[in-house]
Amino acid sequence: MSEALLSCSGLTVRFGGLVALDRLDLQVGAGEIVGLIGPNGSGKTTFFNTITGLYRAAAGTARFGGAELIAMKPQAIYGAGVTRTFQRSRLALPLSVFDNLMVGNHRRLQHGLGFNLFRRAALRREIEHNVEKARLLLAAFSARLAGRLFDAAGALGMIDRRRVEICRALVSEPRLLLLDEPSAGMTHEETRELMDDLLAVRARLPALAVVIIEHEMNVIERVSQRCAVLNYGSKIAEGSYAEIAADPQVQAAYLGTE
Amino acid sequence: MNLVAIAAITAYAVFLLRAESQAAVLGLIVLAVAGVPVLGKTGFLHKLNESFEKHKKTTLIGVLVALSVLVALFYDQHFVMLMLASVLLYTVACLGLTVQFGYAGVVNFAGAAFLGVGGYASAVLGPHLPHLLVLAIGGLLAALVGSVLILPILRTRGHYAALITVAFGLLFRTFVEVNDALGGPQGMQVKGMNLFGWDLNTGLGEASFYANYVAVGFALAAAAFWLVRRLERSWIGLSLDAVRLDETACAVFGIDVARWKIFAFTFGNFFAGVAGAAYAMMTGFVAPNSFTFGDSLILVSIVLLGGLGNLWGVALGAAIVLVLPEKLQALQEYRFLLYAVLVIAILLVRPAGLIPRRARRYFA
Repeated sequence: MSEALLSCSGLTVRFGGLVALDRLDLQVGAGEIVGLIGPNGSGKTTFFNTITGLYRAAAGTARFGGAELIAMKPQAIYGAGVTRTFQRSRLALPLSVFDNLMVGNHRRLQHGLGFNLFRRAALRREIEHNVEKARLLLAAFSARLAGRLFDAAGALGMIDRRRVEICRALVSEPRLLLLDEPSAGMTHEETRELMDDLLAVRARLPALAVVIIEHEMNVIERVSQRCAVLNYGSKIAEGSYAEIAADPQVQAAYLGTE
Repeated sequence: MNLVAIAAITAYAVFLLRAESQAAVLGLIVLAVAGVPVLGKTGFLHKLNESFEKHKKTTLIGVLVALSVLVALFYDQHFVMLMLASVLLYTVACLGLTVQFGYAGVVNFAGAAFLGVGGYASAVLGPHLPHLLVLAIGGLLAALVGSVLILPILRTRGHYAALITVAFGLLFRTFVEVNDALGGPQGMQVKGMNLFGWDLNTGLGEASFYANYVAVGFALAAAAFWLVRRLERSWIGLSLDAVRLDETACAVFGIDVARWKIFAFTFGNFFAGVAGAAYAMMTGFVAPNSFTFGDSLILVSIVLLGGLGNLWGVALGAAIVLVLPEKLQALQEYRFLLYAVLVIAILLVRPAGLIPRRARRYFA
């Protein structure tokens, strides 16, 4: 493993008496794809919410390229280069595909009132530049989708919405991408297609680290280089897919013990 | 196509304003109520809206000509000219509310209070300062007074934030009512507008002096329209939309929700303040009773009726909401009932308003 980009240690999150994350240690290196699995309620999404600043950790640290994420606001964490998708698609459906992507590109846009209202020529150049950028990014996923840049996101099918959501997370050129169950609500065929896209994008961005939460084991087997398994907020196993699949504790967590 | 449409709307307005008998008025209204959903279903309104956006110059000239025609036909009738100027000034205020409600999702049920701040500003400052400056100060004061509400609005969401604005509207009215320096319940006289020596309260020849205010109202409405349109088609417009649609996603992508809510609220109140200042100069009078909760509701219903976030819809909504109850006068106290039923009916048939907003195109 290369030197860790994200390094969590002792990460603990409590909701009242419930311990949602229990002293979690996890390292993710640059360029790595890590699968995060575990039964429902085992703390996977809580982990994402904590390192993106939506939840407060009760204890522990999460260092990301020299910065401590735990004390930072979501805005600052995004600025440092961590982006994510959501389990239930959170696109702004009435807005166009382009607008949704630009929400993800927020930190590279100029937001001054004077610039936006009165420097229309400069704004126009910035918009045209970004339209081109968005088109290229979408085209890496699907040429057809790139042609629907100005359609409302709500008019797209599920798989295209997922693609847009992943592009929205990618457009600001993050160093760490967090994917929360990208296959949710899709058929096996669509999931396979989406994973093809993801691997293709990854091949072009070799330094990008990805953490992917997934219930579909064949997806995890195919895309991840390393897996961590959570159960009741604690990490119960970590290793290659073959290793964790053979782990009796993991089997017990998923299938129950006799 | 848009010139034909503008001509048709103008002709309709002329017939409606000319119509003396209640039967004719009702007939015309029924025609519109039946016709608009049909035009909407066939996609005609969509196309028309697109065409308005595309041929900006033609549309601007068309609207100017249409207004001139209306002024030329009714120049000597105080009532019609007052109506027309009111529609234009309400459009200015409602464009402000559109930025708040339609874009950033900050509901404002105290619109009338911010009109009132502008109105009282022009009552107090009118005799002392140049009136163009008074308009600007009216807007700035409204924005400033609105900043009192920013903290409570940021700490609440949805219905609760709306309730805060309701409370503020009631508070404002009580404040001016008990404040003798501001005329108490009787209100205050306001000097008519005077721009660079041009006294707007003197009509040209036979013309009603309200025709002057139609001109000023048009200038203000056009400026407001231009600004809000530019705002919508910029990164700021995008950020405001994002704040309305999903605050969590905003936070994750670094969009500062508080910043944009404050911006939209302040920006919108400025417009309401300017409109209120001009309106007070036109009517020559401000009183607490002109800025009630009911008046705030009228502003909100204009924004909803036209199509939330659609700027042309705001102008259309203002025309309908202001003119209709006046033309139904013979129905006496029932006219507001009928009007309310109409609003509900239109929102039932077209929940997104008469002209729903489209996905943003930065350069149409």
